[in-house]
Amino acid sequence: MIDFELSAEDKATIEAAHKFAEEFMRPISRYYDEHEHEEPDEFIQKSMGLRSQGGVFGLGVAAALRVEEFCWGDAGLMLAMPGPGLGGAAVFASGTREQIGRFLTRYGEDQPCWGAMAMTEPHCGSDTAAINTTAVREGDEWVINGEKIFVTAGKRAMEKSKGLTVVWATVDKTAGRAGMKPFVVEAGTPGVKVEKQEKKLGIRASDTVTLVFDNCRIPFENILGSPEVRKVDKTDTAGFKKAMATFDATRPIIAAMAIGVARAALDFVKETLQKEGIEIRYGLPRQKLTALERDVMEMESQYKAAKMLMLRAVWMMSQLQPNNLESSMAKVKAGLAATKITQKAVEILGPLGYSRKCLVEKWMRDAKINDIFEGTGQINMLVVARRILDFTREQLK
Amino acid sequence: MISFNPTEEQQMIVNMVKQFATDEMRKIYRECDEGGEIPQRVIDTAWGLGLVSSCIPEAYGGAGGERSVLTGTLIAEELAWGDLAIAMHILCPSLFVLPILEMGTEEQKKKYLPLFCGDKFTPATAALIEPRFNFDPNELLTTARRDGNSYLLNGEKCYVPLAAEAEAILVYAAENGQTQGFIVEKGMPGLEIKEREKNMGIKALATYEVALKDCRVPKENRLGGDGGCDFNRLLNCSRVALAAMAVGVARAAFEYSRDYAKTRVAFGEPIASRQAIAFMIAEMAIEIDATRLMAWEAAWLLDKKQEATRESSLVKIYADDMVLTTTDRGVQILGGHGYIREHPVELWFRNGRGFATFDGMAMV
Repeated sequence: MIDFELSAEDKATIEAAHKFAEEFMRPISRYYDEHEHEEPDEFIQKSMGLRSQGGVFGLGVAAALRVEEFCWGDAGLMLAMPGPGLGGAAVFASGTREQIGRFLTRYGEDQPCWGAMAMTEPHCGSDTAAINTTAVREGDEWVINGEKIFVTAGKRAMEKSKGLTVVWATVDKTAGRAGMKPFVVEAGTPGVKVEKQEKKLGIRASDTVTLVFDNCRIPFENILGSPEVRKVDKTDTAGFKKAMATFDATRPIIAAMAIGVARAALDFVKETLQKEGIEIRYGLPRQKLTALERDVMEMESQYKAAKMLMLRAVWMMSQLQPNNLESSMAKVKAGLAATKITQKAVEILGPLGYSRKCLVEKWMRDAKINDIFEGTGQINMLVVARRILDFTREQLK
Repeated sequence: MISFNPTEEQQMIVNMVKQFATDEMRKIYRECDEGGEIPQRVIDTAWGLGLVSSCIPEAYGGAGGERSVLTGTLIAEELAWGDLAIAMHILCPSLFVLPILEMGTEEQKKKYLPLFCGDKFTPATAALIEPRFNFDPNELLTTARRDGNSYLLNGEKCYVPLAAEAEAILVYAAENGQTQGFIVEKGMPGLEIKEREKNMGIKALATYEVALKDCRVPKENRLGGDGGCDFNRLLNCSRVALAAMAVGVARAAFEYSRDYAKTRVAFGEPIASRQAIAFMIAEMAIEIDATRLMAWEAAWLLDKKQEATRESSLVKIYADDMVLTTTDRGVQILGGHGYIREHPVELWFRNGRGFATFDGMAMV
């Protein structure tokens, strides 16, 4: 039965997340935006207490809605919260039971711990198949060499905790996509170095670093999925597609993040208008609406549209239904909607919107990342288009 | 528990309606649009599916099925996918039946609901829209004035579907500034059905201007009796119905232009192989899905008898824009061919434009 009602238990955890965002994220939001690279230690300790309520990350409907609340609080700080992150999601999606136990148990322990995923390289972003980082087998080990950039939570995962990073490397350059494999590199492994820490437009509380792998040796068992490279022909990308399934799980979560930031801006606009005695008259015919009412209703419906697509994608995931199309749809829509909504909020609020006294301008900067990471809006649009048209990557480039 | 799965019963109904839309509506819609007429046979076949009558309780001669706004949105989308004008004709009696079913007095239910439980399509309708640019359903110029044991109705209405043949019209009028419904039966003095309207789209649907000149109706004909009706809920049920229909029309345009783009070759490859075209199609798909889900949520609220003005209004406005953009893209993807009436996209484009105007012309 089509139903939009959450269980009482889910409602409670979502409300708890909202309260946490209100009490512990909003008050420090501006500080960590203006003090980039400063570690929010106290906040990190506080967020450890959330684990009893289902943790920060997770892959169900309630988990996604908690992410929305945390990002309503602060998207940068949300990404600074300890947890397995995207690396953990990759382990969860394509690891064996043994690997899941070996790599993810640490996230339930008392010390804060982070997980990261390293895909992008200086010369390639969306074109993931073009990566140059190599993994060469030597006896019982893999030797990894290469440079990864834009690794979210890379510093916290590799230097500040006993975390891990899932690194994508090729075991056979001639095999193209079929040769690309994910490897788990744990913190403290010799040969991996955290280098540049990026200065960013937004989500400044989230660390974004370069990881350099210089003859970094990891156990053979740290490869996720099969080490086999099936070289039937270059267009056979079954293995690659399976590994990319991680994105089907993470894209709706990014959508939830975008939606959280968008709602922060939307709520603020509505509260501000309410204080001024301006009411949004929903039932009115559009010829009678003011331009302001139209704008707010447009923002709100964009938010709703994105949220519905996000909910469907995470719900399908929780039902173990394939959601490749739906998760990309949610990601495209949410990334764009959050970008537009926050930009409009700055415009509507005028001097309040542009001023760093309020958080609106920050939300506009924060929102933009959701249209970029985990696949830009355009790459996700390409995924959607190929699925809708039933076209291969050769048929639609 | 959150779920996006229709029930088995809903799925069966959807399949049945889709079948009807494919086998019947899609075969004749162009002819209907050109000729301005819908064969009675098709209307009667649709009536036989029980889409309007199934929710009438057994006590009034109906099938006693569940009244569900959500099921209604599923039906509305499929019918509108078949053809919007035929869909509006088929569902037109709902404009009269549903308000009586939900808000009518016992006498009104007893008197009118049995009329809609027979084998044949019984035309009935509602008159809400007025012929002016700033029409507002909550500030009608048509008035109802109590005069002894009756009401006097005065005003002008337009876009009244099937007014000429309707057994009864639910006329909405302002009574002391508040919108209320009044049942006007066929042939009542003071009810004047004017000429059939000529519109840009939905040309197969017969709509009329209607004038009320001191039209006297007994006080018992006030919808809901002394208590009146919850007009806001009726408006919301209409908004959701129209949003679902917009999704149906948009989906028709999406599917057609997608298939066209896959087969139309330019510069040596299908035009769908170019991102400029492929991205338009992808965006159409995203917006259609988003609108459908928003309509479901609003319908779900209405089924729970919750206040849903915000949700219904938001999805209505969103759907109005979405269907316009999507049907426009449909024409654009076909290029010059899209402009020719041999292809259906221009028809969907004309129909799509109307949604911003169609307040109260459909209800689920």
